[in-house]
Amino acid sequence: MAIEQAPQAIADRPWLSGVATSDAALRQVLHGLPGVDQVGAEARAASLATRSIKRDAKLWALGTAITMIDLTTLEGADTPGKVRAMCAKALRPDPGDPAVPPVAAVCVYPDLVATARAALGGAAVAVASVATAFPSGRASLAVKLADVRDAVNNGADEVDMVIDRGAFLAGHYGQVYEEVRAVREACGTAHLKVILETGELATLDNVARASWLAMLAGADFIKTSTGKVSPASTPPVALVMLGAVRDYSQATGRRVGVKVAGGIRTAKDAIRYLVLVRETAGPEWLSPALFRIGASSLLNDLLMQRSKQLTGHYAGPDYFTLD
Amino acid sequence: MAGKRRQGDGLAASTAAGGAAPRAAAAAWDFAPAPESRDIVAIAGEYGLFTNGEFGPAADGRQFPTINPATEETLARVALAGQADVDRAVTAARAAYEQVWGPMSGAERAKYLYRIARILQERAREFAVLESLDNGKPIKESRDVDVPLAAAHFFYHAGWADKLEYAGLGQAPRPLGVAGQVIPWNFPLLMAAWKLAPALAAGNTCVLKPAETTPLTALLLAEVCQQAGLPPGVVNVLTGAGAAGAALVSHPGVDKIAFTGSTEVGKEISRAIAGTGKRLTLELGGKAANVVFDDAPVDQAVEGIVNGIFFNQGHVCCAGSRLLVQESVADTVVERLKERLATLRLGDPLDKNTDIGAINSREQLDKISELSAVGDAEGAQRWSPPCRLPEKGYWFPPTVFTGVSQSYRIAREEIFGPVLSVLTFRTPEEAVAKANNTPYGLSAGVWTEKGSRILWMAQRLRAGVVWANTYNRFDPASPFGGYRESGFGREGGRHGLAAYLDA
Repeated sequence: MAIEQAPQAIADRPWLSGVATSDAALRQVLHGLPGVDQVGAEARAASLATRSIKRDAKLWALGTAITMIDLTTLEGADTPGKVRAMCAKALRPDPGDPAVPPVAAVCVYPDLVATARAALGGAAVAVASVATAFPSGRASLAVKLADVRDAVNNGADEVDMVIDRGAFLAGHYGQVYEEVRAVREACGTAHLKVILETGELATLDNVARASWLAMLAGADFIKTSTGKVSPASTPPVALVMLGAVRDYSQATGRRVGVKVAGGIRTAKDAIRYLVLVRETAGPEWLSPALFRIGASSLLNDLLMQRSKQLTGHYAGPDYFTLD
Repeated sequence: MAGKRRQGDGLAASTAAGGAAPRAAAAAWDFAPAPESRDIVAIAGEYGLFTNGEFGPAADGRQFPTINPATEETLARVALAGQADVDRAVTAARAAYEQVWGPMSGAERAKYLYRIARILQERAREFAVLESLDNGKPIKESRDVDVPLAAAHFFYHAGWADKLEYAGLGQAPRPLGVAGQVIPWNFPLLMAAWKLAPALAAGNTCVLKPAETTPLTALLLAEVCQQAGLPPGVVNVLTGAGAAGAALVSHPGVDKIAFTGSTEVGKEISRAIAGTGKRLTLELGGKAANVVFDDAPVDQAVEGIVNGIFFNQGHVCCAGSRLLVQESVADTVVERLKERLATLRLGDPLDKNTDIGAINSREQLDKISELSAVGDAEGAQRWSPPCRLPEKGYWFPPTVFTGVSQSYRIAREEIFGPVLSVLTFRTPEEAVAKANNTPYGLSAGVWTEKGSRILWMAQRLRAGVVWANTYNRFDPASPFGGYRESGFGREGGRHGLAAYLDA
């Protein structure tokens, strides 16, 4: 069965269409990608981390980063109250400054999607739901798809699925591909982020291959991590994924977004990721439509740094809300 | 609400974010100027020679200016050493060698070297800013590469000072005496460290002649030697022009000459000291091949190509100035390279985001321009990313010539600037043949995912340094030097010590 391009794709490159989805055929495509040199990628990421972003460039970055946040709570102990509080924060991150824009989305477990949707009302903040037996992905396809439909039926605008890392590491690329395809279909008009769980993939070559596999199967976004495994997102991993979306866009004309998640706590980290985006994928990706940051405590640090840029001094943590 | 797509892309919202709407702002997200402050370094109006532990004018009082190549402003006036000053310095170095430094134990010598290394690190920012002002290189490089490596060389060689019997050069190798050392303008502080540290560790005393256009960090290093309490005469710094270097090299009181610079001058020195019994090491020019195979990790190879020829504006003896790319991937690699070059930032060396700084002198800029014009005339295709060159100062945009063959002058002659010549090859054997087809032999790069090929290439490439899937990596423990017209002798590591010992 040949690969059909995802709905938004412009399939004009022969090597991508008509490729069978067997493990062997996908292996040829994925293992035929140029390798990634670990030392070189780490050096490039480290070098980009020395960029010095000041004044209006910094202010723009801080404001933009806020609009790129998927404000997240994914705990066993999540309650409707917790989700409602987080949604209030998502809508109005800084009660003292109405000029602060809302975040891009909130991210919750499927059984709290309805609560989040109700709390957000008609506002332009999306509800993203994890699905497919998040975070481990260890369940049958039927169970995973039921998970997705549940989220979508309850009002999720976006679905963050996990790939089956066991299948990927065992070389069952066809299975991973088919699962992403099936989830994409089950999403309907909701947009799909595919979590690669790069910490478990271990090598940057695997990150590149998993990125391409997800994109070929129709991902709207590729995402680094569940945030439940360490290491989560790192700059070299983001560098490789940003390179992959750039190359995929050049090959097919379709732009896939990148979401980094896990361990991004400071504004400094966030700005470093924005620099990576700009200097790797390009300035077109500097928008919430193509770049997201999954985080929770990051938001307050962004607010603190933004306030410092605007007023010239730091306010203490008590001036920023915990929700 | 089920199934309704909500973009959540915050288009309307981010207009209030303290910036313009996303697309316009993204295009405009140009990093604001981020200048490193000049205030950290106090530049005097004039500087004297450093002889016998003290600064003083040249015997005939002559001076010359040193300028900032990014702005053409004069930074200071510096003493111009003449024959009498060279005599005085060599005499001081000889006395210090015979009475103080020569008899001193290695462990004691080590203490001075450690102290110099520590002070260099403590004053790192001062050195980095001064280097960028005097040389034109970006602060990002002087801060992250030049100064740390210079300190590392002092630390490393301090460790050797009391362990010379383990260098494989005999049970009690003796120093040579007085070393005359002439260094170039491309890495002024680092080259001073590469010369002084091993010489001093081995027990020699030194007379150092920095390049004419970049005297200031050597003079600051002399100040550090004073601060470290280094005995007078152990290190002497004579600022001046070619004549001072020639006088130093031919001075009968000097036992050993170490020179880094052009092949042309290296040959002159070789001729000048033939038959005198002076020991000599030369680190000269290069026209290194950076070899990219069809299975290279493309993005990292492109970074390696960029680093290889545009680091330090290409003013590097071991620069990867010839890209040898396998023909089957040449178009892809060159296309990626051009995309990457468009993100390079050229401008104020003191701006922390600058990637490409100024060319060191009008003279060097003319040479680069001249050879680039030769490349045009020979029929190569020249390309540079769009680049706004500042009005004052000496600037040359990063430049790539494609369609180059071995017989073109731009494939054979060292341009010593941010100019890359791109050639192709078909097979590994052809890559080796073309890479080695040069009178030089300083360095080379190999890019491939295949480990066996790296080893195969490294055995066959006639270059003193072979980098695999990386470029321009230096370490004080790693011996650096070339074959044939790139010179002889090694600097760094155990091999580098041999040049300064009687073994």
